[in-house]
Amino acid sequence: MANVHLPGTLTPLFPGLPRHVDVEADTVGAAIAELELRWPGLQDRLCDPGPNLRTHIHVYVDRDRATLDTALAPGSRMDVIAAISGG
Amino acid sequence: MPNTVVIVGTRKGAFLLESDADRRDWKLRGPYCEGWPVYHAVHDPVTGNIYAAAASEWHGSAIWRSKDLGEAWTLSSEGIGYDESSGRKVSKVSSLAARNGRVLVGVEAPGIFESTDEGETFSLLSTLAGQPGSEAWDDPANQPPGHLGISALMLDKDDDSRFWAIVQGVGVFETADDGATWTPRNRGLRSDWPRPHEEVGFCVHRLVRADDTRMYQQNHVGMHRSDDLGHTWTEITEGLPTEFGFAAAAHPHDRDTFYVVPLDPGHGRTMPEGKATVWQTRDAGSSWRPLRKGLPQEDAYLGVLRSGMAIDGYDTPGLYFGTSTGQVFASNDEGESWSEIASYLPPISSVEVAIVE
Repeated sequence: MANVHLPGTLTPLFPGLPRHVDVEADTVGAAIAELELRWPGLQDRLCDPGPNLRTHIHVYVDRDRATLDTALAPGSRMDVIAAISGG
Repeated sequence: MPNTVVIVGTRKGAFLLESDADRRDWKLRGPYCEGWPVYHAVHDPVTGNIYAAAASEWHGSAIWRSKDLGEAWTLSSEGIGYDESSGRKVSKVSSLAARNGRVLVGVEAPGIFESTDEGETFSLLSTLAGQPGSEAWDDPANQPPGHLGISALMLDKDDDSRFWAIVQGVGVFETADDGATWTPRNRGLRSDWPRPHEEVGFCVHRLVRADDTRMYQQNHVGMHRSDDLGHTWTEITEGLPTEFGFAAAAHPHDRDTFYVVPLDPGHGRTMPEGKATVWQTRDAGSSWRPLRKGLPQEDAYLGVLRSGMAIDGYDTPGLYFGTSTGQVFASNDEGESWSEIASYLPPISSVEVAIVE
């Protein structure tokens, strides 16, 4: 079980989506796929059709920069960050 | 009594301005769409839905929908995206057209997606592949900053399989078979630059329909009129202060009356001499007159983008335009007089108007 921390820009888009979600997944990509099952459309907001993480969406697993292939261990913390930009 | 709803797309979400049929007192609601940059927002007169094409820097492009005039919104991008193997990417959703539950979405890189379920899901309708110019318009090196791809879509009045698409910097294309085949409709347009193809290479900013046969357009270089539904074009710029501008509107009941907002053509692209002015022709472009009553006439360096002006369908039509500095001006007397109905919105991308019973 990994604990996923989501950006505040995401939660208003999906009714009932909390900032912190526990998921059973062994990679970042699998965690996002699990979230997609529970909140359809969520994967499109984090990934382009590749799928690849969108340019300004950064993911960290236990504080290290991650990709969709990065492994999640039991108890991992996965932070999804909307990169600081704009004005 | 019907309500008048002006739908404003801005860089920080969508807003609605509401009034009654008199169109004197206005109430603002919003922002909607979570502050996403909205490129175009429209109303489907049959379903009553409002759709907003928005592209978040973080979360990508999606079509927002409200079924209750803005009270509640959902979003979907299901099906909006090119196959990875094509090498094309959707950088933004730029333009919308909606009727009878069907939604057409123009995107960059140029292509058109379709929804037949009121914006729940989408599928690729056409990329205009094979049209002259198409080999170049997918190359990012050929696109200026902020390129919109399909910058506008215009539906036919009656025939759902006929519509027109503007490819920014390339020209107008018409389909009469629901996007299966296309024909460039740019004959007679002016261009002041070399063009690799005879039929395309024109910078069409705004295309509007006057009646069964007449169209007008604001081009990068000049206003133009067509009396054969876009098959041929005649320039009608003479009498205007500049040939450049983005926005345009055709009178819904008088085919000879047309409105434009000329801008300085350089980098500034604001109203000449700082005097906010809409120009009107009542004789199909033979002569032009300025409409200024109620508009700021001193130090008003306002810009209006290509989807930034709309006209309603009342017997005495009302005109509306939104500026790139966040003001909305409205006229309830065909442009003879104006009032500022919103002053401090984010930069405005689009203005549309609906009459709601």
